[in-house]
Amino acid sequence: MQKTQPFANGLNGKNLLASYSAQGKPLNDEMLFPDGTVKPVWRDFFEHLSRLSTEELGSRFSRGDQYLRDAGVLFRQYDETLSTEREWPLSHIPVIIGEDEWQVISDGLIERADLLEYILQDFYGDNTLVASGQLPAKLLSQNPAWLRPMVGVGKQGAPLLNTLSFEIGRGPDGKWWVISDLIEAPSTVGFAVENRIAMGRVFPNFFAGANIHRLAGYFQAFQQRLMDIKGRSAGEVALLSPGPMNQNYAEHSYMARYLGLLLVEGEDLIVQDGKAMVRTVAGLKPIALLWNRLPSAMFDPLELESSSMLGAAGLVEAIRTGALRTVNMVGAGVLETRALMAFFPKIARAHLGRTLALPNIATWWCGQDSQRDHVIANSARMMVGDAFSTVPLMADPRTTAFGNPGDEPRAQQLADMLKTRGHSLVGQEAVTLSTTPVWQDDQLVTRPMCIRISMGRTETGWAVMPGGYARISAGDDAKALAMQRGGKVADVWVTSPQQVKTPSLLSASKNAETRSLTHALLPSRAADNLFWLGRYVERAEQNMRVFRAYFARVSDGADHSDTLPTFIRNELMAGVAPNASDIAERFGEPLALALQAASRISDRFSPDGMMALRGLVADAKALHTRHVPLEEIPVEISTLLRRITGFAGLVHENMYRSDGWRFLSIGISLERAANMCELLTACLSADPASGAMDLALEIGDSVVSHRSRFQIAASASSVTDLLALDPRNPRAVRYHVTRTKDHIANLPTQLEDHHMSHVARQVLLLETHLATCQPADISPEVLDQVKQDIWAISDTLNAYHLA
Amino acid sequence: MKYSVRLTIAHYYDQPAANSRHLIRVLPRTLAGRQRLATHLVEIFPEPESRTEGVDFFTNTTTSCFHRDQHAEMSIRLSCHVEMNAPMPWQDMSPNVAELRSICNALTDLGPTSALHFMGPSPRLPPNTAIHEFATDLFDATASTCENVIRIGKALHDAMTFDATATTVDTDAAEAFRLRRGVCQDFTHIMILALQSLGIPSGYVSGYLRTLPPPGGVKLEGADAMHAWVRAWCGPSQGWIEYDPTNATLVGTDHIVAGFGRDYSDVAPIRGHLRSSGGQKNTQAVDVAIAG
Repeated sequence: MQKTQPFANGLNGKNLLASYSAQGKPLNDEMLFPDGTVKPVWRDFFEHLSRLSTEELGSRFSRGDQYLRDAGVLFRQYDETLSTEREWPLSHIPVIIGEDEWQVISDGLIERADLLEYILQDFYGDNTLVASGQLPAKLLSQNPAWLRPMVGVGKQGAPLLNTLSFEIGRGPDGKWWVISDLIEAPSTVGFAVENRIAMGRVFPNFFAGANIHRLAGYFQAFQQRLMDIKGRSAGEVALLSPGPMNQNYAEHSYMARYLGLLLVEGEDLIVQDGKAMVRTVAGLKPIALLWNRLPSAMFDPLELESSSMLGAAGLVEAIRTGALRTVNMVGAGVLETRALMAFFPKIARAHLGRTLALPNIATWWCGQDSQRDHVIANSARMMVGDAFSTVPLMADPRTTAFGNPGDEPRAQQLADMLKTRGHSLVGQEAVTLSTTPVWQDDQLVTRPMCIRISMGRTETGWAVMPGGYARISAGDDAKALAMQRGGKVADVWVTSPQQVKTPSLLSASKNAETRSLTHALLPSRAADNLFWLGRYVERAEQNMRVFRAYFARVSDGADHSDTLPTFIRNELMAGVAPNASDIAERFGEPLALALQAASRISDRFSPDGMMALRGLVADAKALHTRHVPLEEIPVEISTLLRRITGFAGLVHENMYRSDGWRFLSIGISLERAANMCELLTACLSADPASGAMDLALEIGDSVVSHRSRFQIAASASSVTDLLALDPRNPRAVRYHVTRTKDHIANLPTQLEDHHMSHVARQVLLLETHLATCQPADISPEVLDQVKQDIWAISDTLNAYHLA
Repeated sequence: MKYSVRLTIAHYYDQPAANSRHLIRVLPRTLAGRQRLATHLVEIFPEPESRTEGVDFFTNTTTSCFHRDQHAEMSIRLSCHVEMNAPMPWQDMSPNVAELRSICNALTDLGPTSALHFMGPSPRLPPNTAIHEFATDLFDATASTCENVIRIGKALHDAMTFDATATTVDTDAAEAFRLRRGVCQDFTHIMILALQSLGIPSGYVSGYLRTLPPPGGVKLEGADAMHAWVRAWCGPSQGWIEYDPTNATLVGTDHIVAGFGRDYSDVAPIRGHLRSSGGQKNTQAVDVAIAG
């Protein structure tokens, strides 16, 4: 960031204000009145900001960013098949709204939520809105978001909507408008919490003293609601996510952890006897309530979108029979259909007897002549887009603005389009948004913004989250259209003149029992990923050790074509070409795979572990691209090895002894034992004079142990004793077979009495075999058989617990 | 007339499948005054772990079944008796298409038999310009809706070649039309798109054809597997008429209805989802005979 001197002793409030209001449009600004004075709710914060220096601000902002990076909060973008990640675009200046105004907004949105519930029940129930002519039939009959297999579910009686988000903006008259109703899988709440925590790091002193409404109480209420819906029905409450490839996966995993829900993906679920079940390492367990974060059409490939790989077959049937509840109702996304906004005002008048306190952006469905004509007549201030799309019009790159005066041919073209296929188009007023301050180039600048607000149903009615997140436009064009790309997000503070309550989610002891139960359940998919995480990390470590042994010799003067280097390449590195980057790939690749596996289970893996793994992958990559002089390679690799050992330490010192930890640990052990078998097989088959035995000790990290246990030079017998049979050497095959046996004994089984599971029997037999072996019995053939036995154990484990 | 209908659908998996769930729509419907399902049996092999009978949005009968354990093949056998009544003498009571369109615009019933569901687009049938042009060229504004339906169905039959090797169950209508080749599913899909492009509500009918023609008759195409044809809504007086474009004929007592839908995806005889790493081979055999 550029440094400027004038504010070295604190940003001067007057200067700050002057340059901000000089940008010419405080007319509709969140912070300033039209006359340029600061609004009362912003005053304390503005003063606080003015007392800080540019340097102080810079370091505070980076504290917040550091938190977000550490928490793994990233902004993912998708372009066809490519997904890119960039830093979470937090604007470090909050948007501040007083609690009185917030109350007005909340009341308006609650009224709107009740209307939406009424409409949805009708859409999936009696269809009186269409029958009575309040809504054109085509808006349902030709609407892909109206899911016919769900028709009838609206009459089950229970509320269909339990959590909603809205995007609202403030128009030039100072009134708030609903820009979009976010019904299906709105990502709001998780990100709002993360923003809030980050802002706590940016303005810690201010935050502690200011009367800003806290968010935790809202989550307590919502968590309680989920438990209430589930009621007494046996089964879990789970959050169904599309998985790590989804842009909001971080939020899903965060919310699952925060609310104590089981995080599942479609492949975890099975419907059996009409009930939804989750596949866990302990067998099938019932699911009573799903917080669905899939697009509804993807929920069930059997009755909805048949190409869906995200949902699970039979879920819709489970809903129809009442065995499964979902939040929100599958099919509720139909409410997001743009064209419906044209009819909400009329339906509200008929149903409520009054207009909505918080109306949506004026919208016209061009399938009706009068509405279409209005759009054409007022085209200069219209946006036009697909009537059936559920993407908010202003966020859709395909939206067309009639726009620019003088562009007559284009306006004519649009008018023609409206006349021929009007029923598939809507016109929407192009709204002008209010502006809010953003810190840029060491000063405050005005940027258009809208706010995303979330609400959840509670026992006593809708509860609105006191805060939310603001989306801020990248440019200064106040047309909503400019929100499309490159914007920022900001925390929304709702302030009170009085002291506010400070609840914390952690104090909610009411659900303690439920949460511990949930955590005991380990979906097979998660266990599988933990198992592979262990295997890949261990494989990377082994290959690093081989890499180091190789380059220790080469940098010591040996030639790539000498006997031992050739032996290492051919027998221990699968014949890889003799250059550093190909060899480094042998640990770079498993590390990347380890990170992939870890990111699929980020809800069960500590942020520290993730960070350590990310660091490792980045360093391994750097080694790959950076030109490292030959003689420094062993030192560099030793640094990496220390870090990967640190990761293993984290696993063994910091992870809760859950079934998940056991699968991770088994992965490490089986991989290490099998790799050791391979190493020994190769070294025992090599010429005894080649130095292969010393090499085995070095790669097996057992040079010191060998010296203390044997007073002789490394021999085939001493090395096999130490690396294959020694129960006390954590590098030995037997040590890891025993550890695997202990883990397996502690895994949940579905067997009764004294019967052993097949896998427990297999591992006990192998352990006994190793325990009764003498070093002289160990030949390359025997080791190869042991390796086969190890992989057989892995296969059985997979079939029994993970399939 | 009473038919005995037999159908066998078999799936053979390269790698054993497990945790498989299927949704089956093969049972003939009962249609008042026209068709009555008498004794019937749908068997599934191997015996599924669970099985539920249901009714879908368009009131077709469904069977949903779940196989948890590994199995190398799965088959479904339907055997049933269906009684068919001769249709009423043909009489055209349909308005012209312009009138039909304004009737449709005023419809507000969203029940399963409403024409509103059949005005497109549907999951498998996005609008297609070439098919629209084909229909427009044949369209006669002065003729009744029924006449237009029959004229377009007949023209389509003449323009297309029945060819079981040219398309698969996943081929879209646009491609089949470009090839001017296909099977009953393709003929039906194309005709639905053609009629919808003119504003005539139309949908997909799945069902069975009698295998051997009556003495002196011609064996119909599509009798060896489940068949498909078109239904079109020709106004409130006429109601739905059914036309088989593969055989260029209005539907009579030789066509036994199993399912009504918007396109194939609504009435596929079997929709499945399973865990298996390999491919699979499917076979289907149908026999429809006069019952004793």
